[in-house]
Amino acid sequence: MTTTTATTPSRWKRFRNSYLVYSFKRDWIAQFCLAIFLCILLGAVCAPWLAPMNPYDLTQINILNSELPPIWVDGADALFPLGTDAQGRDLLSTILYGARVSLIIGFGAVMLQALIGVTVGLLAGYLGGRIDAFLMRLADIQLSFSTLMVAIIVGALIKAVFGGAVYSDYAVWLLVLIIGLAEWPQYARTVRASVLAERSKEYVDAARVMGYRDRRVMFRHILPNTLSPIFVISTVQIANAIISEAALSFLGLGMPETQPSLGSLIKSGFDYLQSGSWWITLIPGAVLVVLVLVVNLLGDWLRDVMNPRLYKG
Amino acid sequence: MIAFLIKRLMHAFVVMFVISVISFAIQSNLGDPIQQMVGQSVPESQRAELREELGLNDSFLVQYGRFATNALQGDFGYSYFFNEPTTEVIQRHLPATLELVIAATIIIVVFSVPIGVYCAIRPRSALSRFFMSVSIIGISIPVFLTAIMLIQLFAIGVDFSPFPVDTGWGQWLNGVLSTEGGMPSYGRGNDLTHLFGTWDSNFFSLDGLTYLVLPAVSLASIMLPLFIRLIRAEMLEVLQSEYVKFATAKGISLKRIYFVHALKNTMLPVITVGGVQLGTMVAYTILTETVFQWPGMGLMFLEAIQRSDIPLIVTYLMIVGLIFVVTNTLVDLIYGLVNPTVKLTGKPA
Repeated sequence: MTTTTATTPSRWKRFRNSYLVYSFKRDWIAQFCLAIFLCILLGAVCAPWLAPMNPYDLTQINILNSELPPIWVDGADALFPLGTDAQGRDLLSTILYGARVSLIIGFGAVMLQALIGVTVGLLAGYLGGRIDAFLMRLADIQLSFSTLMVAIIVGALIKAVFGGAVYSDYAVWLLVLIIGLAEWPQYARTVRASVLAERSKEYVDAARVMGYRDRRVMFRHILPNTLSPIFVISTVQIANAIISEAALSFLGLGMPETQPSLGSLIKSGFDYLQSGSWWITLIPGAVLVVLVLVVNLLGDWLRDVMNPRLYKG
Repeated sequence: MIAFLIKRLMHAFVVMFVISVISFAIQSNLGDPIQQMVGQSVPESQRAELREELGLNDSFLVQYGRFATNALQGDFGYSYFFNEPTTEVIQRHLPATLELVIAATIIIVVFSVPIGVYCAIRPRSALSRFFMSVSIIGISIPVFLTAIMLIQLFAIGVDFSPFPVDTGWGQWLNGVLSTEGGMPSYGRGNDLTHLFGTWDSNFFSLDGLTYLVLPAVSLASIMLPLFIRLIRAEMLEVLQSEYVKFATAKGISLKRIYFVHALKNTMLPVITVGGVQLGTMVAYTILTETVFQWPGMGLMFLEAIQRSDIPLIVTYLMIVGLIFVVTNTLVDLIYGLVNPTVKLTGKPA
């Protein structure tokens, strides 16, 4: 037991003693939400091993099994616990794979948003002047059109330019791109506001006096101090991105039915709602709602913990 | 004030200019108008002639100038699919969308104000907590899913009977859990009242109104939780302010303080956000109209995409862009007028 460990505890210990963990231990809603989120995440990541069937493998699909109801309804088949969709795919497996696609797009889009938004926010806040005015005006204009509208229009145009076949081939990447481009202003505004607050602090002056370049001051000195608002909006943005992806897929501008996300599963099931096969639409819908809800609740909790000033009521 | 006005108007013009350039770039780069006009069987020489005649060989700027001049005169070209001026197609579809938005706005105003105020006045009561939890669930349900659930519940009906039917209470509980269905969920119905021009209204007959209910409720469902939370948060802040405390000390009745003194100042930011959200609702009309096959602009836009009807897509973009720019500018101006603390010229402090 040396004195050095006592004065500077390890990262893990510091994390364990932090206010974040402390408040997490006292908030059962946050624990519950994190547990559910991790379950969905685990199910999605391990879909190839957990799912009873592979919905991408045409040889495993039998059209005679189509539209079987879930197990608690009369006429179900024990092989398919949540029933089957119109093509005879096992709904449980399809949902697991679908959640995987939705989460990949959600996280990917948020990473792209953060990359663009943080860079723009840092540049605008740190450099100020004309660059700031131009970049923020751009963000304002884009925000004044709702993000979903921008995403729908960009998606529609890309589809019109390249045609439906190419669009579905690269759908995952295009959706990440579309949703990423549609929502970066949220990040840019948040980061700029914190950069403006940090810029006038002494440590930034000190770094500049020491002769560091602007880039180093921005990314090594200021950026780490703006991380907590970035984390807070990231959770909300992930929920938003998942909803946007589902909305785009529902409109036919997202994932194709052969490689469904939760949104395109809901869309494909909607056609069979009137004939009584409610489970094809409503079960993936319920998964989507639960996923978005727990992410939103975690975001609420994180906001309260990390930034009490933002918290209203 | 004049400077502020001019600045906002300039800003609006610049945005409209950018939108028109983007729209024109789409129009001129997508598809071949000659191909659309004459088909396959015309020889190349004639095509070239036609191209020259229509001015398709002119420079980008000249062509844009022509496009902008025509657009300012309300001429956006012909829809490939409908074979009539795109503005006429839009005019035919606009009333349906407007009625949907109006109906949704009525629902939002009628419900969000009392609920939001109640949640602010009694923040710790069980009912407030209930409203708050329902509102976060409401935010988390995408609008098309709300629409689908409403269709399942009220159009198709749910026959859910987990309780034994041979007892009285079992039957009663089953009746509570099951729904009848039968609400219309497709289109606008036939019982429309003709108002003027292309405007047929759903508002003036019982049958028309039943067609409006489910789409309007779905569209309202996405905004309602947002507004409840916003009104609650603003009202909580206003209730902390000095003048409310002073009014209480003076002995003015609580009802009057809440609904006359506090509500007035609560509504200012709410109306601003509301104005901006009205534009956002346009995006959600696309989703709602798709689910309910409501023959408005959103559904028309989506169908135009599927048909690659470029002129119609471009016209829709320009008109929706105009709606956004006008609402945002108006909201800014109104806010500057009613709230003297806003820095009008936008000078740095």
